[in-house]
Amino acid sequence: MEQTMYTVSSSPHIRADHTIDSIMKDVIIALLPAVIMSLYIFKWEALWVMIFSILSCVGSEALWQKLTKNPITIDDYSAVVTGLLLAFNLPASVPLWIPIIGGAFAIVIVKQIFGGLGQNFMNPALAARAILLASWPSHMTNWTLDGVTTATPLGILKAGMGEVSAATLAAPPAFSQLLIGNIGGCLGETSAIALLIGAAYLLYKRIIHWRIPASFIGTVFILTWIFGRNGMFQANPFYEIFTGGLLLGAFFMATDYTTSPVTPLGQWIMGIGCGLITTLIRLFGGYPEGVSYSILLMNLAVPLLDRYTHPKVFGEVKSNE
Amino acid sequence: MKALTFKRGIHPPHGKHYTENKPIEVLMPKGDLIYPMAQHIGAPCEPLVKKGDRVLLGQKIGEAKGFVSAPIHSTVSGTVKNVTPMLHPNGTKVMSVIVENDGLYEEDPSINQSKDYKKMSREEIINKIREAGVVGMGGAGFPTFIKLSPPIIENIDTILINGAECEPYLTSDYRVMVEESGKVAEGLRIILHLFPKAKGYIAIEDNKPEAIAKMREATKNDKNIQILVLKTKYPQGSEKQLIYACTKREVPSGKLPADVGCIVQNIDTVVAIHRAIVRGRPLMRRIVTVSGGAIKEPKNFKVRIGTTYRELVEAAGGFIEKPAKIISGGPMMGIALFSLDVPIIKTSSAILCLTEKEAVLPPEKACIRCGKCVDICPMNLLPLSLNVHALHHEWDDFEKEHGMDCMECGSCSYICPAKRHLLQSIRRGKKTILANKRK
Repeated sequence: MEQTMYTVSSSPHIRADHTIDSIMKDVIIALLPAVIMSLYIFKWEALWVMIFSILSCVGSEALWQKLTKNPITIDDYSAVVTGLLLAFNLPASVPLWIPIIGGAFAIVIVKQIFGGLGQNFMNPALAARAILLASWPSHMTNWTLDGVTTATPLGILKAGMGEVSAATLAAPPAFSQLLIGNIGGCLGETSAIALLIGAAYLLYKRIIHWRIPASFIGTVFILTWIFGRNGMFQANPFYEIFTGGLLLGAFFMATDYTTSPVTPLGQWIMGIGCGLITTLIRLFGGYPEGVSYSILLMNLAVPLLDRYTHPKVFGEVKSNE
Repeated sequence: MKALTFKRGIHPPHGKHYTENKPIEVLMPKGDLIYPMAQHIGAPCEPLVKKGDRVLLGQKIGEAKGFVSAPIHSTVSGTVKNVTPMLHPNGTKVMSVIVENDGLYEEDPSINQSKDYKKMSREEIINKIREAGVVGMGGAGFPTFIKLSPPIIENIDTILINGAECEPYLTSDYRVMVEESGKVAEGLRIILHLFPKAKGYIAIEDNKPEAIAKMREATKNDKNIQILVLKTKYPQGSEKQLIYACTKREVPSGKLPADVGCIVQNIDTVVAIHRAIVRGRPLMRRIVTVSGGAIKEPKNFKVRIGTTYRELVEAAGGFIEKPAKIISGGPMMGIALFSLDVPIIKTSSAILCLTEKEAVLPPEKACIRCGKCVDICPMNLLPLSLNVHALHHEWDDFEKEHGMDCMECGSCSYICPAKRHLLQSIRRGKKTILANKRK
């Protein structure tokens, strides 16, 4: 009789190398260029916000899982990603209790209460940003650059649309400044170049698919180009897509696995919907920026999108003929 | 020309370097031979011999029962030791004939009768293929004569020979194409003789340039045979995916290749057809790849059906490392074995002995809805959703989302970063639904 014991399991018997941990690590690697640029632009303030945000996310995840007697899963790096993204969505000058409250809200209320990793219905970092913005608007819109209070490029553009005389306002920063990121804004969103390098890495490693970012950015580009701030076909759509949180949102937040559709058609609709809402808020809404609200609103539509956008099964149509 | 392909799919590591340059070695059996009476899809055979009988090489020892069935022949001469249920490579016990080899290889007078196939009628050829017990040797084991007898012969315009061999590690078809290209070509000519209106194609993945060159050479004078180059991608060799890659025709759900004018045959099966018609030999041998990191000298063997897996592993030098997993077939669709004491049957394409490192079985984690399984599913299903329905016993939803169309290629489980056992639960779902329907 056979003495040796062999593993018997259902096929397939080989698995791809990547894991949840490796994907999360790749996302962190992709965020590093933006981390470096934010340290360069916002100095120590950015570092402290990032550290406190990450510590709050990881700490509250561990604490919650310990209190609820669940396995502690902070080693999958997902809380680190949430912490980093939350920090990226905060002004560098916020008091440090803001990232602590935000991180705890993101992890406990948005992620863990709904079942933890893979079960949250909204992007935790963005939901936390929304609650912080609603609760402490002055802290959340206090933009500084080199210690001087400033305005975001979108804020300047928005103000320029109103009754205020354009002469009393500062001119929006040059396009080259948008690329480097030496402008007012949340600490991770300002450097377009750093975000694009990270996005290229994610696309190359096939962590994200180009459907959502392309349709999101493409929609904003086309709509702002057509409807413009100063009349039809008057705007510079390249300027619009490189400012605000669009690149950060389109590549790193709207593509969040759990809160985006799994079907290709659903992903197209998600991207177009985000682009549409973003443009509406930017051009016609009360806020200068709409990326985070657009993503949060489309997050809510994901279960519906997934339900009604099932792909056509191979061999399906012909059998119905 | 751009390599042909299907949509979606995955790129697992090939693992073919172990054996792709190892010429086929003929392995003669040492111990007893075991012939399970179920080596094909369809009704099991009925044993024609009893304990103590003397059998000759090529003698029919299992009679086909029912239409979908194929007879089984002894591959040695000797004495029937017993007729009893024995362990089958699929893990169950199956009624088997055990023959003690006398080493004489005395041939049954019924074999070796052949004449020029061009002078044979369609019925004669089909009957000969049926009597030779030829079945699809790629894995499913569907009786070949049925595949070659579609309801309307004139509707068939494409004969596809499947040389994709997309399963990692497997090199048996590759070696046959390189070493026996003439037999493959002649086998295809016999099939084309049955379908005068059809064109023949031999489809080979582009990671096998030598096979492509050899098959081109062997068919250079055949106007109605063409070699097609496929992109190297899994599961390129799946029947419906192969038909789509080569003809852009989609086999409708629940229908057969013949419904879109195609017949697909595996490489080794074509050689078996050639042997049955040209040499009058029943299906008695096949090519088996013995490979994996735990095997000392991975090799390709030409082996008599009925030889045990253990003999093949020993002939390949045994183990250099304790194998964590023994697989009958490829790593994507093969069956994990718990014993080496099972016989080679008509559909055994490989024995893989994987090391602990190769046969990883990581713990399942939560689905993060990354959608990778949706992006790669060759049938365009939603594996993550089917998995949930199967785990929740939501059989209606499972069927509504076309779970029954799953061909069990395993790409979803392969790609899943959370290492969820997607195919395992989908497979269980399919089986449960079929069982419920039979009630």
